[in-house]
Amino acid sequence: MSTAQDVTDATFADVVLNSSDTIMVDFWAEWCGPCRAVSPILDAIAAEHSDKIKIVKLNVDDNPQMAMKYQITSIPAMKVFRGGEVVKTVIGAKPKPAIEADLAEFLA
Amino acid sequence: MRQVIIVGSGPAGYTAAIYAARANLHPLLIASSVEAGGELMKTTEVENYPGFADGIQGPELMMAMQAQAERFGTEIVLDDVTNLELDGEVKRVTLGNGDVHEALTVIFATGSAYRKLGLADEERLSGHGVSWCATCDGFFFRQKTIAVVGGGDSAMEEATFLTRFAEKVYVVHRKDSLRASKAMQDRAFNDPKIEFLWNKEVAHIYGDDLVTGIGVVDTVDGTESTIDLSGLFIAIGADPRTHLVHGQLDLNADGTIAVDGRSSRTNIAGVFAAGDVIDPTYRQAVTAAGSGTVAALDAEHYLAALPKELLASAESQPATV
Repeated sequence: MSTAQDVTDATFADVVLNSSDTIMVDFWAEWCGPCRAVSPILDAIAAEHSDKIKIVKLNVDDNPQMAMKYQITSIPAMKVFRGGEVVKTVIGAKPKPAIEADLAEFLA
Repeated sequence: MRQVIIVGSGPAGYTAAIYAARANLHPLLIASSVEAGGELMKTTEVENYPGFADGIQGPELMMAMQAQAERFGTEIVLDDVTNLELDGEVKRVTLGNGDVHEALTVIFATGSAYRKLGLADEERLSGHGVSWCATCDGFFFRQKTIAVVGGGDSAMEEATFLTRFAEKVYVVHRKDSLRASKAMQDRAFNDPKIEFLWNKEVAHIYGDDLVTGIGVVDTVDGTESTIDLSGLFIAIGADPRTHLVHGQLDLNADGTIAVDGRSSRTNIAGVFAAGDVIDPTYRQAVTAAGSGTVAALDAEHYLAALPKELLASAESQPATV
């Protein structure tokens, strides 16, 4: 099981948009194999960089509004938010070094 | 040091592991960090794997193979191989986390990677309407119009699966007949949501942030037309995944790894290859599994002929170098 906090349509504004932290939202679903594969990698990145970035998960089945608002058409989709805006999108399950490279500017 | 390291976790890799483990070779299997289980993890119903009269879900089949391999002592690592040194009696396998494992034999079963159309906007719109995985992304195309490119079994499976969500599914195929199996063809032909666009090649993908349409060219008369849609699923086949062994293992003209006759023996002693990475023709789960069996038996045979001292050094098997 992932250690990341779940975020929902209802809590999205509070947890993500109004936060002063850098937050990455992992859009995922139970039926998505690659999402399950990438989940422990995101947990590891969150644990190693807890001072730089916070990672939360949004289940697209249960939270269609946010999935639609952010035009998700492929999962896993990881979107980095700062000050309520999307500043980076990473799509697809990739090995840890590749995701760390994608997120380099936020982890430094 | 290990006796056997298996690279790959599809039907070939896991079946090689089952055989090697049952032969007491204590295999180490490098499964990949995000693609463990291989291609079948992205499929739904598998109806042609013998032994499952009512079919089985692809992921379920792969979890069962993994469990069977582990039951006999296979050790599985969820990481990616970044480098292989295959020359010499002792092979060295480097992983993404920096660990280096040594072994007397390597079974290479990395399968294949999706082929791309090679269009300018394909990469840019990947994940924004362009997809290679219907089971992952179909959900997001409810009541939408989409297209599947390709004429093989996987294209038919994707098209049929996608009708669960989409309002309309075009199948764009550059020929006027399919190479898909009869059963898959019939299912697609009988589906009212599927419309075939024969002799058409995708020439453009349109859209700024999201796919809005495609441009197709008729392969017979050269006429161009535009189709408005929001999703494009590409299923035009796959190429053997051999980048790790370029310059080390001999390849065939079609890109597969060259093996000796019906065996799994590559040009390097102690290195065996199995599954889609050696198969330009059949590429079925069950043929890959059979191929994995061949590789494990070949590796076992090779090990049996090695000097006793060398084998003894592999029995101790520390985790890493």
